[in-house]
Amino acid sequence: MNSLLWILDITLCGSLLWLAWQTLATSDLFKAIVLFIVLGLVMALAWARLDAPDIALAEAAIGAGLTGALLLSTLTAITKRTGPRTPPETMDADT
Amino acid sequence: MSQRPPIAIIHIAFAFVVAGITGAIVVAIIRLPSEAIGLSAAAIANLDAAGAKNPVTAVLLNFRGYDTLLEILVLLLAAIGARVLTASDASFVVEPARSANPVLLGFIRILAPVMIMVAGYLLWVGGHAPGGAFQAAAVLAALGVLLKLGGVSWTRKLSQRGERLLLVAGLAVFLVVATAVMLSQRRFLEYPPSVAKTLILVIESAATVSIAAILLALFSSGTLRETQSERSHSKINSSEIPNNKMPNHKTPRDEAAQ
Repeated sequence: MNSLLWILDITLCGSLLWLAWQTLATSDLFKAIVLFIVLGLVMALAWARLDAPDIALAEAAIGAGLTGALLLSTLTAITKRTGPRTPPETMDADT
Repeated sequence: MSQRPPIAIIHIAFAFVVAGITGAIVVAIIRLPSEAIGLSAAAIANLDAAGAKNPVTAVLLNFRGYDTLLEILVLLLAAIGARVLTASDASFVVEPARSANPVLLGFIRILAPVMIMVAGYLLWVGGHAPGGAFQAAAVLAALGVLLKLGGVSWTRKLSQRGERLLLVAGLAVFLVVATAVMLSQRRFLEYPPSVAKTLILVIESAATVSIAAILLALFSSGTLRETQSERSHSKINSSEIPNNKMPNHKTPRDEAAQ
């Protein structure tokens, strides 16, 4: 059981770092927002593992849910104004 | 290529700086004392007088009520700032969705009552377990976002004044309670222990409604007001480029005319 928890913790830490990196590195804004929402959910799990349920609740509701919705609506507004940032025929450029 | 461009040297230097900062943070974390220095012991010792069994709520609404008051004020200022920049004056007005998605509407029908119950539960449970005004407000605001996306009109009777009342109710109730306790020879925000639980519940209920309204107003401020030059610009664009995918599309009649 203890070793399983260790594996879970290491996985959480690794995913957080990797998700943060991917969120900043991707050139596709929509993909960045989706990754940010996933980051918020994994962060909520990490808070729960740190015995901080209050912060975990707030992170899941505000950090992942509402901030994600706000970012998506902002992206829609930007796209309406200036046209899509990345042309649809670009390949994935996350290297 | 043996000659490196100078940009690579900048990158390497930057990497060294980042590595240095990361190393310093790791060392600082390792050297932290294992026993946290703080006021947690004092807070837990005084829980009986706080009016909340949950230490987090006791700190947020009683011991450090001033911080929470200012947090709500900051949120309100953000909503006002967003309102100034938006195209519409009433942010809760729902435009009918262009395509009312039946799946989304069915989803909302099932989810809306559950979300209202969860928000109420989170608000009530905040007194003695994890939960509270901000979390409950986030759930309510998420419900509002869903309703807006589905084009469900639920604020037809809500005037602009009513909307503003919703936005400021939390701050107003907080300030009224904070100054009312001063009438009974106490300091600002110092609740008498006998009624502390009631006062905290009143403040949190008003704050929940207000914070949800503020978050929803922020979400609704998605479209910025167009300036005069942009409006004319977009008109020119829309007249130049018709809606079909080929800008230089010619109908057979045009070719015949030529």
